[in-house]
Amino acid sequence: MAKGKVKFFTDRCKACGLCIEFCPKDVLGFDEHTINILGYHPIKDLKPELCTGCAICGVVCPDLVIEVERE
Amino acid sequence: MKKVFQKPESLTDAKNHYCPGCSHGLIHRLIAECMDEMNIREKTIGICPVGCSVLAYDYFNCDMLEAAHGRAPAIATAIKRLLPDRFLFTYQGDGDLASIGMAEIVHASARGEKITVIFVNNTLYGMTGGQMAPTTLLGQVTTTSPYGRKAENEGYPMKMAELLSSNEGSAYICRTAVNNPANINRTKRAIKKAFQVQEKGLGFSMVEILSACPTNWGLNPLDAMKWIEDNMVPYYPLGEFKVKEEQ
Amino acid sequence: MERVLMKGNEALAEGAILAGCRGFFGYPITPSSEIAEYMARKMPKIGGVFVQAESELAAINMVYGGASTGARVMTASSSPGLSLKQEGISFISEAELPCLIVNVSRGGPGLGGIQPAQSDYFQATRGGGHGDYHTIVLAPSGSQEMMDFAMEAFELADKYRIPVMIMAEGTLGNIMEPILMREPVTKFSEKPWATTGCRGRKPNIVNTLHLGNEELESRNHQLFNKYQIIKENEKRADAFLVEDAEIVVVAFGIMSRIVKKAVIEARKKGVKAGLVRPVTLWPFPDEHIRTAAKNARLFLSVEISMGQMIQDIQLALAGRVPVEFYGRIGFTPNPEEILQEIMRLAEREGL
Ligand SMILES: Cc1ncc(C[n+]2csc(CCOP(=O)(O)OP(=O)(O)O)c2C)c(N)n1
Ligand code: SF4
Ligand code: SF4
Ligand code: SF4
Repeated sequence: MAKGKVKFFTDRCKACGLCIEFCPKDVLGFDEHTINILGYHPIKDLKPELCTGCAICGVVCPDLVIEVERE
Repeated sequence: MKKVFQKPESLTDAKNHYCPGCSHGLIHRLIAECMDEMNIREKTIGICPVGCSVLAYDYFNCDMLEAAHGRAPAIATAIKRLLPDRFLFTYQGDGDLASIGMAEIVHASARGEKITVIFVNNTLYGMTGGQMAPTTLLGQVTTTSPYGRKAENEGYPMKMAELLSSNEGSAYICRTAVNNPANINRTKRAIKKAFQVQEKGLGFSMVEILSACPTNWGLNPLDAMKWIEDNMVPYYPLGEFKVKEEQ
Repeated sequence: MERVLMKGNEALAEGAILAGCRGFFGYPITPSSEIAEYMARKMPKIGGVFVQAESELAAINMVYGGASTGARVMTASSSPGLSLKQEGISFISEAELPCLIVNVSRGGPGLGGIQPAQSDYFQATRGGGHGDYHTIVLAPSGSQEMMDFAMEAFELADKYRIPVMIMAEGTLGNIMEPILMREPVTKFSEKPWATTGCRGRKPNIVNTLHLGNEELESRNHQLFNKYQIIKENEKRADAFLVEDAEIVVVAFGIMSRIVKKAVIEARKKGVKAGLVRPVTLWPFPDEHIRTAAKNARLFLSVEISMGQMIQDIQLALAGRVPVEFYGRIGFTPNPEEILQEIMRLAEREGL
């Protein structure tokens, strides 16, 4: 299984949850300890070790929050 | 590690003003990715509508114009005629394109203008607060069809892709949706194909994109995606309606 | 220099081409259609663009797009068509896109009639659409000026980044007069703001939206500063026998030629009549009006309308001299009836 890494521009996140819903590996969730500049709990990789770098999260994100790297 | 997904160069760094889960931002990115991949950013001129995406000129990293409500295809027509080697796209909502701009879009298509139209169908007027559009579904409640759209009173929702595909000048007409990753990828392929049709000078091209307006639908972003699948797709079938081949 | 016989509408179209106009976007309407027809014949032969639009709305928005490329472009229509173009003219004014808009005007309101008229004066000089703005308005009085003003219009449009309107009564479009052909324009100004694709530079944006309070106000101030400069530099009028005139007649366009005859006849009858002919309807030549008022006991505005320009004359004179009106609509007043009116007023005033 390929290994991936997601990076977030959390200031842009509007917490729509689309990336969480469509991530096939359940990597993502909201960072409930943070409130970003827009007033949302932004996205976070809660289980980064499971990320395959498939980039589906980036594809569904309407707000250019996510960058994806893959091995 | 290799970057496999990042912001396309054809978008600026500006944060968009759209509501959470609104499809506009996503569709902007798909257009920009196609511009990057075809290396046409520096010869692309985009025209934004009046509607929620009126500020799109701040988001695309190319020459942009802002049009009067519905008139983008007329503006694009003149620019393309005067500068035939440039890429022209208009970005229009359903009120903009299918109501006030109906004449402009039909005639740009009929004339076979070599422009690409990105038509964002979210079944209502987003910017002005969720009023009925020509694309509002039967039974759908909006602020100006508070008892649900009825055929006797408000007529039937308009199918723009089907309508425009009957014009000889239309070279590529496709309807897609952005409600899941597979459909998003199909949408991007359709936009690319539309741009290629323009590049080859085959005629008018349009991609109608079934999109979410969670705010005015009163749904959360995930339910809005399901709503597209359950309510829009059955009435607005996805697929290619016109594909003119090279002679 | 070659002298040729040309219809006013064709002289105007040829003038535009000589000025480098390479885009025409229009919708047929009498009595302006000959301009479109001339352009339809000529444009393809000189590498220009001619599009018959689906409506005047589309045509003016094509002008918006065309002008944004930096090309010299134009549209021509007649009164009901101009009403439809107002949305676009407001946008073009705000976006500061240079272009030429021609109104070969006819009578209204409504569908009115195709008789020559000047009743679009308010629409032309007050902006016409929504918001605070002006277009420069030139009023030719013959075929030669139809050509010359078309050429000048493009220079003014580029110089100030403003739409320039030519308002010509239907008669001017139709009459045939010998004119001197002009040399084609070869020098054009740079337009670094044009949306042509951003190769080698930052993206350009053509825009009319200003959501912030301060931004909107400062935009309006910028436009009005420009209008002020235009007012200082571009007011134009012709004066005829005004130095000692006791009755000053004011008329523009084709009317000015007819009034001139009446003024000459009045002089023969011993009445000191004079004529001011506004060449620019906006900016209105108020200083020329005031200069002509030196010995005037009375002004007379003669218009093919129910009386519109008279208000600008009154504003210019600020109550110093009374202003009378003589106008018809459906008919163009002839020299005899104007003379009669001048004589009636002279008698009344004991002149
Ligand atoms: C001439 C004119 N009429 C009406 C409006 C008001 N208006 C602004 S946006 C809009 C509708 C936009 O809806 P749509 O095109 O569906 O785009 P969305 O906002 O849903 O993306 C209307 C009616 C306007 N700006 N100009
Ligand atoms: S790259 Fe794929 S696996 Fe990794 S977080 Fe994004 S969607 Fe999940
Ligand atoms: S899709 Fe984008 S905006 Fe939505 S929650 Fe995920 S990162 Fe945030
Ligand atoms: S109102 Fe609807 S279309 Fe407009 S930004 Fe919000 S979600 Fe998007």
